[in-house]
Amino acid sequence: MKKKLAVWKFSSCDGCQLSLLDCEDELLTLADQLEIAYFLEASSRIQPGPYDLSLVEGSVSTPHERRAIQEIRSQSKFLVTIGACATSGGIQALRNFADVRDFLSVVYARPDYIETLDKVSPISQHVKVDFELRGCPINKRQLLEVANAFLNKRRPNIPNHSLCMECKRRGLVCVTVAHGTPCLGPVTQAGCGALCPAYNRGCYGCFGPMETPNTAALAQRLKDHGMSSQEISRVFRTFNAEAPAFKEESLRHEE
Amino acid sequence: MRALAKDNLSLLIQALREEGYEVLGPRMGEGAIIYGPLDSAEELPRGWIEEQEAGRYRLKRDPANRYFAFTLGPQSWKKYLHPPNLCLYKTKKTDQGLEFKSESWHKKQAFLGVRACEMEAILKQDRVFLEQLHPDKPYQERRESVFLVGVNCSRAGGACFCVSTETGPTLKSGDDITLTELEEIFLLEARSARGRAVLGRLPTEEASSHALSEAARQEEHVCRQMGRTLDTEGLAELLKNNLNHPRWKDVGDRCLTCGNCTMVCPTCFCFSVEEMTDLAGLESQRVRQWDSCFSEQFTLTSGNSQRSSAEARYRQWMTHKLATWHDQFDESGCVGCGRCIVWCPVGIDITEEAAVIREKDGASHANS
Repeated sequence: MKKKLAVWKFSSCDGCQLSLLDCEDELLTLADQLEIAYFLEASSRIQPGPYDLSLVEGSVSTPHERRAIQEIRSQSKFLVTIGACATSGGIQALRNFADVRDFLSVVYARPDYIETLDKVSPISQHVKVDFELRGCPINKRQLLEVANAFLNKRRPNIPNHSLCMECKRRGLVCVTVAHGTPCLGPVTQAGCGALCPAYNRGCYGCFGPMETPNTAALAQRLKDHGMSSQEISRVFRTFNAEAPAFKEESLRHEE
Repeated sequence: MRALAKDNLSLLIQALREEGYEVLGPRMGEGAIIYGPLDSAEELPRGWIEEQEAGRYRLKRDPANRYFAFTLGPQSWKKYLHPPNLCLYKTKKTDQGLEFKSESWHKKQAFLGVRACEMEAILKQDRVFLEQLHPDKPYQERRESVFLVGVNCSRAGGACFCVSTETGPTLKSGDDITLTELEEIFLLEARSARGRAVLGRLPTEEASSHALSEAARQEEHVCRQMGRTLDTEGLAELLKNNLNHPRWKDVGDRCLTCGNCTMVCPTCFCFSVEEMTDLAGLESQRVRQWDSCFSEQFTLTSGNSQRSSAEARYRQWMTHKLATWHDQFDESGCVGCGRCIVWCPVGIDITEEAAVIREKDGASHANS
């Protein structure tokens, strides 16, 4: 009997779900091992729960989502959140730093039709999450590793250390030390394969804070490199703005 | 001691290639000098030097146009002898049971431009990987076949302190051929049978006494130029007696726990081993990769990390390097290359930390 997989979407751009479809070569093998029971991005065929593995993309932004996640949790044996939205609120959590009603009146002709929550929150604030897979978007190799670990009943080999270790193992030259480029690598969790430094760009922190992020020490370094308080606040306020370590650091530099 | 015309450096690379070696050496990378395959001396970063300071590295032109006036980049030869990612073996599930397969790690490589501190680092890693009850096979297979061309430094970098650690600037032993670049010529000295064989194929002549005294003057100059000093007198005991020194808290506040120092250190050898299964559960690979005492997972036992604070991790790394390495391998683990200083994104300086602890020897802080 194959294990049943469900893929759920909350407030998100769908990019992380697409990473699953992006698996291409491995997708058929994955479909051999898992029954894809609910995955609207890929198929309109829906099988009822319960599900053995639920992958949840997106953050909780509306009253409807707040109810839906409870139902999904009760239908899922293992629940894994995928991507920055699900694990830390995502880019839409930027609205947490202001009053959502101010945005509503600017964006929508009839704001009174919009039902939304005051704050955007990660899935883990609402239900128990068995594993969090970071990234904006998630890394395909890491997604397969999570599926793989689930199928082989082992812990996923997903490191929580800094991006720097991945960058150095890849033999890349440090963009901060050698070029003076601001980089969030030292406070960001590995997983993307050091994509930006490989193209001579600093890390933007897509994978969120690493296990023990010393954001204050890095912020001081960014300041030494000539960044203003506003700029420092902004670099910590992107895809993982609501992740506690990044949020606190961005607030410290807010003017 | 033999003399080789500068224009003939390519002949050395050619001779090594004809002996079947893949020649690896310094070349321009992304704004730094890194190690990679070399086909000819043209690919060497001739005429480049670097400015190195704590947390800062910049390349610049050197009018002297020497081949080896630069010092050290971010990478060390560790990346070839103890690769950052290595498959140890593969396992396959068959009808007859499990089938294990491992590749040969043997590679016939020649390293061109091994500095004195780097040679010492290789010898230190030899002790770690080879002088054990069970020598490490992947390391052993590569190490046994590697041909080492050493280069004596003609300049010291801003973070160099090999004079303090007595690991340079002049190569003492371990390499096959030692090069000394002088203004007009290279001096070459063979130190092994295979070194002599390669040297014998090059158009060299007996070095003049003038050249030898130029080399001696150059060595003195480099010694005076060291960017840093480390007082090693009783250092191991000093650190062991100061495990509660307030400086650890101070460095813990600055340390990013990013692990860069351990990745660039030519003697840091720690690794972790992972089992990578395939989706169908039929095949598996055992892979080892560089790990670091700055990672929380590295000391995770029974669900708890043994060193949860930055302070504890920096102390562990520094005291291992400079103090407990002596207990483990009868010597210091530091070769004075200064990479940990330069490539630390916030410029933490191991020589400065040691000096501050020495200055306030015996101080302790209550929180530790």
